[in-house]
Amino acid sequence: MKELIKVNNVSFQYPSEENLTLAGLSLSVYKGEWLAVVGHNGSGKSTLAKLLNGLLLPGSGEVKVEDYTTANEEELWEIRRRVGIVFQNPDNQFVGTSVRDDVAFGLENFGVPREEMIKRIETSIARVNMQDFIESEPHHLSGGQKQRVAIAGIIAQKPSIIILDEATSMLDPMGRKEVIDTVKQLNEEEGITVISITHDLEEAVRADRVIVMKQGAILTAGSPREVFQNEALLLDAGLDLPFSLKLGVALRDYGVSLKEQHLTQEELVDALWTLKSAD
Amino acid sequence: MLDNVIIGQYIPGTSVLHKMDPRAKLLGIFVFIFVVFLANNWLTYGILGVFAVAAVLLSQVSLRYMYKGLKPIFFIVIFTFILHILMTKQGEVVYDLGWFKIYDGGLRQGAFISLRLVYLVLVTSLLTLTTTPIDITDGLEYLLGPFKKVKLPVHEFALMMSISLRFIPTLLQETEKIMKAQMARGAEFTAGPVKERIKAFVPLLVPLFISSFKRAEDLALAMEARGYRGGEGRTRLRVLHWRFRDTGALFLLLILAAVLFMLRTHG
Repeated sequence: MKELIKVNNVSFQYPSEENLTLAGLSLSVYKGEWLAVVGHNGSGKSTLAKLLNGLLLPGSGEVKVEDYTTANEEELWEIRRRVGIVFQNPDNQFVGTSVRDDVAFGLENFGVPREEMIKRIETSIARVNMQDFIESEPHHLSGGQKQRVAIAGIIAQKPSIIILDEATSMLDPMGRKEVIDTVKQLNEEEGITVISITHDLEEAVRADRVIVMKQGAILTAGSPREVFQNEALLLDAGLDLPFSLKLGVALRDYGVSLKEQHLTQEELVDALWTLKSAD
Repeated sequence: MLDNVIIGQYIPGTSVLHKMDPRAKLLGIFVFIFVVFLANNWLTYGILGVFAVAAVLLSQVSLRYMYKGLKPIFFIVIFTFILHILMTKQGEVVYDLGWFKIYDGGLRQGAFISLRLVYLVLVTSLLTLTTTPIDITDGLEYLLGPFKKVKLPVHEFALMMSISLRFIPTLLQETEKIMKAQMARGAEFTAGPVKERIKAFVPLLVPLFISSFKRAEDLALAMEARGYRGGEGRTRLRVLHWRFRDTGALFLLLILAAVLFMLRTHG
């Protein structure tokens, strides 16, 4: 698989903090994958997101996106076009006075000609299913809708990577589903790489690969199944098990002989109703 | 409660004035402010009046709404009128109270200045009534464009204005939310003596300020993440269309100015 982002031995420290926020972190992100980065508050996962598109620059080490380096100021704009971030607060990243103007904002910044802009705006708004709201003002939209507009603004720039920086944490369950489904679709159909920074483990379960962070370093990485097998490690990282895993553990303690781990509710339900069936 | 707050005073419509290019409207008003000062006799004030009334009718804004807009300045108009009657001592005495005389020059001057004020307010309020705030911002950015050469931050100014416009409803919603939260804990905003009511607003403003700064920080970060780097090399989605009627309207204003210049009392 093609390597899109390479983080090489990066350390980072905020001027106001005593400890390193990131300590010698190395990481590769591959084309088309859905990578979940989980960790407790203060584990450095949001800082990592900001380093990936050059909003922050590493104290030491190097962040490379495709062939560009964030340390090189001239290449920063190329990187920012390729790596879009959806932030946590839906309201505080909506720049335009209407949906159309907001999607246009990024394109205007990158100097896309107007004719091309109009085409791209229309297709990207349709892509996130917001075409009925194209003239709407932000205060008439729900949180989930605003996040979808933010995604439209990013895909209009034809990016290769979308980073969700706790993008669903302020949304209700409906909005959360809207946003994740939209991004899932983009990931599957257009091969856009997704990095989802989250502490929602239910969301991480759906990823291709999970990275668990603690105190600025990677504690463990692997497929959700591998990572969530190690309950002790997750607890050490200050995380809770996803509900279905937790229930599985509780059932096993109770004496129900479940054979394996069940990541999703569906898997668990299947395992339970087939429990007593003959093979 | 805060849903009724009208931002700007824009009234949607499809009149000729609504459809005009905001640059033409801004320029027109700029010219009109000077033209008003050309009038100095009954005839020229009459012509100006016909022009102002025609503009109001063209805008199709309801007269009741216009009247509401004028109400706050009535006090100033009447005050100026009385002041002129008291101060101007020209022409014949119209009314003699012994210790105090009213001259016809004073009456005339008072009427003229009051009319001038009314005309100015009428025509300038037509701008905000028929143009969306964002169009006014765009128009200003274009018109002030030449000042970029002398390092005036025109683009930044326009962006600031449009972001403020975008955040007004958001901040109003937030104010309402904080108010409800405070009211749920027994705060009183609408009753009691004025002093108490003003005091009650402090716990409302503090959280609002704090969250606004947080918003500003977040927004700056989001803008940077989306490749914002100032006005240079930026393209624009919104464009303004200067049409024949815009040139026509400005031409009409110049004719008005010429007519007024010829008919005004010289000497």
